Amino acid sequence: MQWKKSLKQLAGALALFAGTALSTAPVAAEELGYPEKEELTFGFIKLTDMAPIAIAYEKGFFEDEGLYVTIEAQANWKVLLDGVIDGRLDGAHMLAGQPIAATMGFGTKADIITPFSMDLNGNGITVSNDIWEQMKANIPKQPDGKPVHPIKADALKPVVEKYKADGKPFNMGMVFPVSTHNYELRYWLAAGGIHPGYYAPHKGDISGQLEADALLSVTPPPQMPATLEAGTIYGYCVGEPWNQQAVFKDIGVPVVTDYEIWKDNPEKVFGITREFAEKYPNTTVRLTRALIRAAMWLDENNNANRPEAVKILSQSNYVGADYEVIANSMTGTFEYEKGDKREVPDFNVFFRYNATYPYYSDAIWYLTQMRRWGQIPEDKSDDWYKDLASKVYRPDIYEAAAKSLIAEKLAKPEQFPDFATEDGFRDPQTHFIDGIVYNGHEPNAYIEKFPIGLKSGQKL
Amino acid sequence: MTATTLATEKLTGIRLPRLDSRFLGSAIKYVALPLAGILVFLLLWSVTAQRIDTSLGKFPGPAAVAEQFDALYQEHQRSREKERAFYERQEVRNAERVAKDPDYVPKIRAYTGKETFLDQIVTSLVTVMSGFLLAVAIAIPLGIAVGLSPALNSAVNPIIQVFKPVSPLAWLPLVTMVVSALYSTPDPVVAKSFLNSLITVTLCCLWPMVINTAVGVAGIDRDLVNVSKVLRLPALKHVQKIVLPAAVPMIFTGMRLSLGVAWMVLIAAEMLAQNPGLGKFVWDEFQNGSSDSLARIMAAVLVIGAIGFLLDRGMLALQKLVSWDKGISQ
Repeated sequence: MQWKKSLKQLAGALALFAGTALSTAPVAAEELGYPEKEELTFGFIKLTDMAPIAIAYEKGFFEDEGLYVTIEAQANWKVLLDGVIDGRLDGAHMLAGQPIAATMGFGTKADIITPFSMDLNGNGITVSNDIWEQMKANIPKQPDGKPVHPIKADALKPVVEKYKADGKPFNMGMVFPVSTHNYELRYWLAAGGIHPGYYAPHKGDISGQLEADALLSVTPPPQMPATLEAGTIYGYCVGEPWNQQAVFKDIGVPVVTDYEIWKDNPEKVFGITREFAEKYPNTTVRLTRALIRAAMWLDENNNANRPEAVKILSQSNYVGADYEVIANSMTGTFEYEKGDKREVPDFNVFFRYNATYPYYSDAIWYLTQMRRWGQIPEDKSDDWYKDLASKVYRPDIYEAAAKSLIAEKLAKPEQFPDFATEDGFRDPQTHFIDGIVYNGHEPNAYIEKFPIGLKSGQKL
Repeated sequence: MTATTLATEKLTGIRLPRLDSRFLGSAIKYVALPLAGILVFLLLWSVTAQRIDTSLGKFPGPAAVAEQFDALYQEHQRSREKERAFYERQEVRNAERVAKDPDYVPKIRAYTGKETFLDQIVTSLVTVMSGFLLAVAIAIPLGIAVGLSPALNSAVNPIIQVFKPVSPLAWLPLVTMVVSALYSTPDPVVAKSFLNSLITVTLCCLWPMVINTAVGVAGIDRDLVNVSKVLRLPALKHVQKIVLPAAVPMIFTGMRLSLGVAWMVLIAAEMLAQNPGLGKFVWDEFQNGSSDSLARIMAAVLVIGAIGFLLDRGMLALQKLVSWDKGISQ
C-alpha cells in the first residue's frame, strides 16, 4: 500500500498546484455545478453513429466532466428504450422518432427528452443480389456503364409488381416502427410509387401493412445481413456498417443512401427521461458538453480523426465489425455494387452543419411522417406539432452546454448556431429525392403535398 | 497386502519390469489414447473447417482459435492497464476537487470499462454457483420432506413434473419482469441482470435435485427406518442420523445433474437476457459479425465445455468424498 499512499500525496500536491493555478483565473465551473449523479450507464445499438458516445468515453470527455460512464450494447431498440424508461440506463443512443413517439404515447408512453442530436445521414437501403439483378435493367446508365445515382424506387416498382402478380409477398426490413429507417424506406418507396402500407393504431393494427405493396417488418440492425441472406426479406434500410457488411459478405447491394433521399437528414439523438434532466440538471448539461466535444472531435480538421475513430469503433465492445467495413462509410466513401465505390464525404456528419443542435423542425418532420403513415391516426393542428416538438427537443440544455464550452474556450461561438436569434427551425429544406420542399412551420400543408400518404381529414 | 509390500521392497530389481509394463499400460490408457483422440479430432476439425465457407469467411480451424485465445488474453492485459490508469486519473481528479471543495467526500468509483473474456468467465462462474447454491438450499429440504411423506409427495409431484421440463427461455421474460417490479432500489447491491440469470438458473436446476433427493430419502432401507423407530428417535434426529447419511449418494447424484443443467441454462439465459457472462460474449461476437467473430465464438465454446467438464468432475470428487458408497464412478 506504500505506493498508493505516495500516489495520494502526489495527487494532493498536484491538486494544490492546480488549485492555486486556477484560482487566479475566473473559474467557469462555479457557474456550472458538479454533477449530481456521477456514475452513469448509457446504452447503444451496434451502429457507427453511436460514435460520439464511444469517443466521449475513450477520449476522456466524460471524465473531464466528472462523469463515470459505463457503455452497454443493447439487443434491440425496444430493450434500449425500456432500459431508459425503467432506469436501468441513464441515457441512450436513440432513434430520433423514439423520444417523440414515447412522449406522444405511440408504443410505450414515457416522457423522454433530447438535448443533443447525434448525427446527420448514415443510413442506406440494400437489396439482395437477386432483386438487384432484376432492378438493374430499369436503371439508366452513365457513359462508363455504372448506374446513374440516385437510384429511385421507380426501378424497383416493376419487380414489386411482378411479385404481387405472382401472389408472393415482397418483404423488406427496417429496424423499428418509429425509426428513421422506417420513414426513409417509406419515403423512398412512395417516391417511386410503391405503397409501403399504413398503420391504424386506433384499430389495434400496428403492423403498418394496410394497403401495402411492399411489406415492411422489424429486424434488429446487426441481424439484417443474416436475415437478408436467409431470404426472409428482399431488402432493408439500416445504418452503417450493416449496408457495407452486405457488400463485403457478397449477399446484397446498397442502392441508395439516405443522404440522397434527403440531404443532411437528422438521424440519431441522445435520449434521457425528463425526470432525469429535472433531477440532475448539472449532470445533464455536463453529459451534453462531453457529447458536443466528442462530435467536434469526430469532424475536426476535415474528418482527420476518423481513422482513429474507426479503430475505436471496431473494438468488439463497441460496433465490433471489421475495420475495413466501418471505414468504408466513416471515412467519406460508400461502396454500392461491389467495386462501385463513390465519394460521399457527408455520409456521416457528426458536427458540421449544426448537426448536434436539436432543431424543432427535425422533430416536426418525423411527426409529419407519423401522420402520413397513420401512426398518428387523426388530424392535428400546426400548434400541436410545435408543442410536442418543444416538449421533446430541448435546445435550452444544448445552449447552456455550448455556452459554457465557449466560456471555457473549449469551443468557438461560430461553431454553433447564433443562440440570440435561433428559433429552432431550419430554413425550408429542398433536398429531397422527390423534390418536395419541407417547411417546419407548416406541417399540415407539407403532408398535403404527398401523392401517397394520408391527407388532412383522412382516417383509416 | 503387507506381505506383497515387503516382497516388493526386497525384490525391487525383479518386480520393476512388471511395474513398468503396468505403468505403460495405464499410460497408454490414460494418456496416449485420449491424446490420439484429441489429435484425430483436431485433424478432422481443421480439414472440415477449411471446406466450410460462411459469409464471415472460412469456418475457424484450430489455429485461428488458438490465435484468438492469445488475442483475448492480450485484450485482457490491455484492459487491466487501462483500469490502472482509470483509477490513477480518478485519484487525481478527486484530490483536485477536495482542494477546491473541502466538503466533498471523495469516492472511488468502480472501473467503467468493458469486461474482458476472463472477467466474463468469472462472472458466469459466480452466477452459476450462486444460482446453484440457492437451488440446493431450496431443493434438499423440499426433497427430504417429499421423500419422507408419501402424502406430500402425491401433492407436490404434479407440480414438479410440470415445471421440470420448462426451458429457461420460457422463464426468463417472467423473471425479468418480476425482478424489475420487485427489486427497485436506487443503489442496488447486486445488478438486476445478475439476479435475472441467478433466478432463472435456480428455477431450472431445482427439479433434478428435488426428485433425486426425494427418491433417495424414500428408498432408505426398511431396516434402518425400523431401527430408528425402535430407538424412538425424534424427527430431526431421525433425519440427521438415518435419512441424510443413507440418502447422500442420491442427493449428490441429483446435485451433479443439477449443476450440469445450471451451466447449460446460464449460457442460454445470458445470451437471451444480455446478462454479462460467457453467453453474452458469444451473442455480442455474433452480432459484431467481424472476420474474427467465429473464431472467438469457437474459443468461447471450448471454454464453456472445459468449465462444464471441470464442474462435473468437481461435483464427482465431492460426491466421492462425502459418500460411504465408494463404488460410484463416472
